Amino acid sequence: MGPERIRLSGITKAFGALKANDHVDLTLHAGEIHALLGENGAGKSTLMKILYGLLRPDSGEIRINGRRVSLPSPQAARAQGIGMVFQHFSLFEDFTALENIAIPLEGRIADAGLRAQVEAKARHFGLAIELDRPVHTLSAGERQRIEILRALMQEPQVIILDEPTSVLTPDEAEALFATLDTLASEGAGILFISHKLEEVRRLCSRATILRGGKVVAETDPRAVSAAELAALMVGEGVLELRPAGEHALGAPMLQLDGLSVAPDGVHGVALQAIHLTVQAGEVVAIAGVAGNGQSELYAALSGEGGRVTSGQVRMAGQDVTRRDINARRALGAAFVPEARLGQATLPQGPLSENVILSWHATESLGRWLLDTVRIGTVARNVIERFDVRTPSPDPLAAQLSGGNLQKYVVGREIERKPQLMIVDQPSWGVDARAATHIRQTLLDLAAKGAAVLVISQDLDEAMAMADRLAVMHGGHLSAARPVSALSRAEIGLLMTQGESPARGAA
Amino acid sequence: MSFNLALVPRREISLFRQVLTPVIALVVALLIGGLIVWLMGRSPAKAFDVFLREPLTDPWALQEVLLKSTPLMLISIGLIFCFRANRWNIGAEGQFLLGGIFGGGVAIATHGLSGPWILPLMMLAGVAGGMLYAAIPAALRNRFGISEILTSLMLVYVAELLLDYLVRGPWRDPKGFNFPQSVPFTDAAQLQPLFEGGRLHSGFVLALLAVIVAILVFKRSLFGFAVKASGEAPRAANFAGFNEKRITLVVFLISGGLAGLAGIIEVSGQVGQLRPGFGQGLGFTAIIVAFLGRLSPFGAMLSSLVIAVLLIGAESAQVSLKLPFDLTRFFMGLLLIAVLAGESLNRYRLEFRKEPA
Repeated sequence: MGPERIRLSGITKAFGALKANDHVDLTLHAGEIHALLGENGAGKSTLMKILYGLLRPDSGEIRINGRRVSLPSPQAARAQGIGMVFQHFSLFEDFTALENIAIPLEGRIADAGLRAQVEAKARHFGLAIELDRPVHTLSAGERQRIEILRALMQEPQVIILDEPTSVLTPDEAEALFATLDTLASEGAGILFISHKLEEVRRLCSRATILRGGKVVAETDPRAVSAAELAALMVGEGVLELRPAGEHALGAPMLQLDGLSVAPDGVHGVALQAIHLTVQAGEVVAIAGVAGNGQSELYAALSGEGGRVTSGQVRMAGQDVTRRDINARRALGAAFVPEARLGQATLPQGPLSENVILSWHATESLGRWLLDTVRIGTVARNVIERFDVRTPSPDPLAAQLSGGNLQKYVVGREIERKPQLMIVDQPSWGVDARAATHIRQTLLDLAAKGAAVLVISQDLDEAMAMADRLAVMHGGHLSAARPVSALSRAEIGLLMTQGESPARGAA
Repeated sequence: MSFNLALVPRREISLFRQVLTPVIALVVALLIGGLIVWLMGRSPAKAFDVFLREPLTDPWALQEVLLKSTPLMLISIGLIFCFRANRWNIGAEGQFLLGGIFGGGVAIATHGLSGPWILPLMMLAGVAGGMLYAAIPAALRNRFGISEILTSLMLVYVAELLLDYLVRGPWRDPKGFNFPQSVPFTDAAQLQPLFEGGRLHSGFVLALLAVIVAILVFKRSLFGFAVKASGEAPRAANFAGFNEKRITLVVFLISGGLAGLAGIIEVSGQVGQLRPGFGQGLGFTAIIVAFLGRLSPFGAMLSSLVIAVLLIGAESAQVSLKLPFDLTRFFMGLLLIAVLAGESLNRYRLEFRKEPA
């Protein structure tokens, strides 16, 4: 173990009556990959924000390389050699990857000199990026690589990664781990926040576990089982996914017949002749590396976007190719988009108002004036039945943690009793407990006879949930096959090479 | 050591603070304004008297304030629909003029006739004129993606020239000694005072009605929600299936219709005929009013009263204190800056930070 990079002692931070951090101690050494584990709300984000200069502790001491420092701002933290890769990317959508990397570098612009440096860095750490594409055309995985490069450009001694693998495929995650290993071997200390216990056990040599703002354990994650880690995190047994019981499948609720969609913008992915059927009562998952057409597929399915050039989308037997999202809702469909904030919800709207977004077209919410009593009741039901933890009875969407907001969004749609549920990334960036809850909810929905389509970049999730699984690659969709008949190796091949007719014949 | 100033978001904003902020902003604006008046060699106390006390205490001036606030209230209520939806209608002045022209056209066409149907017809024509004129930038945005900021603004000048042409050409009063103005409207085409001997007319009542309807729409209607959603989070509005283009068109129609109504109310209630310059820049002032009222209908009602007080005060200050009228525009700007600054300090607190160099 190398020299001590960071020592936090007695860090305490309270928001009103809530102690988000309560005398937290943490030590990070050079060359160490250190996991920070905990449920949503355990205080991980607060601790990271303190270390990155976004929040100031009420008490406690931060030492960097043995010297006591105060970190009044992210600039100060960066000057001390701390880099951060956020879970929610802080990128400018209209700027290119290179420009986004240039922005936090004081005195630098996106010129040839910077480009050469960035390219060298990217090569060294194996981060594939097209530097000239505007960020809004990039997938989550690609955006994350920009964030990582951006942090690396400052030659940090310490890098904090907040749930970095939640958007990555197994291969991308492997590549990230290789990058992190290189970094650590070159003397950086890495603080790795994750909910995925298996990868923590693979990657990290130490783990600090937070619960309710306090450190409950510090351990070598390789020496204990994932179940033991999980128990430390949540304080009680973790929920296991309960498979749906035997139930008959019903009529096809969703049929895609040779659906082709023009790319959205110059860098979008064109969907090519996609065939897929989802029957009532089954869960079909679409796996694939980010940016292979999943967003385009979701938009074409929900009717939020996508120029269909040929083929058909049929819901409950009816052709809805040219109909809008509300016409599709009227046929029993419900949609959970990828972005919880700003797409599935109005960030500055209370949860009650957010009910209106997906309910107004198909449920009666009042004729002339909105029936605020009914809307409030719906929101309360969702909050209660789907275990949404809220800071107040009717908070703004932006005030909820990612996991709780996702539970609200999924719950809001299920409360409409859909016969077809289409979910894009059900649990990205959501803690283990909430993710299990959401997945279970969707399985139960299928068990009750709804057709469920899950688009997920998390292969474990896709495999755990699906009856049948298809893989997207380059805008093509492989045939959906029963999960039990697929090996991870086969899926991996489909994710990287797609389905070639030759292989199908062999 | 270097110092820098940072804005740190407040976690909670107390109600007390929210109520107090506009009051403090007003006081700060008055103090700075007083200082300027003093620097110009006039007595700040006297100016305060003329600008604020007189319009609020003198019954005649008070009526003038309410009259002046009427178009401001109507136009700014309409603008709130656009601005909340993140659509930028800068051309309310033009829609205001077109309302006057369409409504005034009815008055001129029915000149010599009488009947209770004339005024309502004028009002409807005014609304239609403003709507049609506002539909142009909305349609250009929807069809070709042209910035509505530019088109709506430029159409203001087109409207001014159209008015100029009409009152100098086809609609010029033949007995008007060649002045560029239309025939004076008959009584049947003029809004009559609400009280015997007063000047306040029913236009003010319509403005208050617009405020109440707008409050209801934003608080309780699906359409109001769609407007807010479309402005705050377009992707969420798209997820809800709110048609973006339809919202653009409808908010422009509402805004144009109300501006047009304000225009014909001004023409038939105050001016009594069509003549160049009856707009007085009220359509632009209403933009300030809308923002001063923080884009809330109730706020816009209050701020149109405040601005009307300043405008009326300025008229008498010009006469009694020989203060330039432009000083009023300066006050308005000052007030807006003070309110916006107060608003920011409400949401953020200033923090001085010391950083080791």
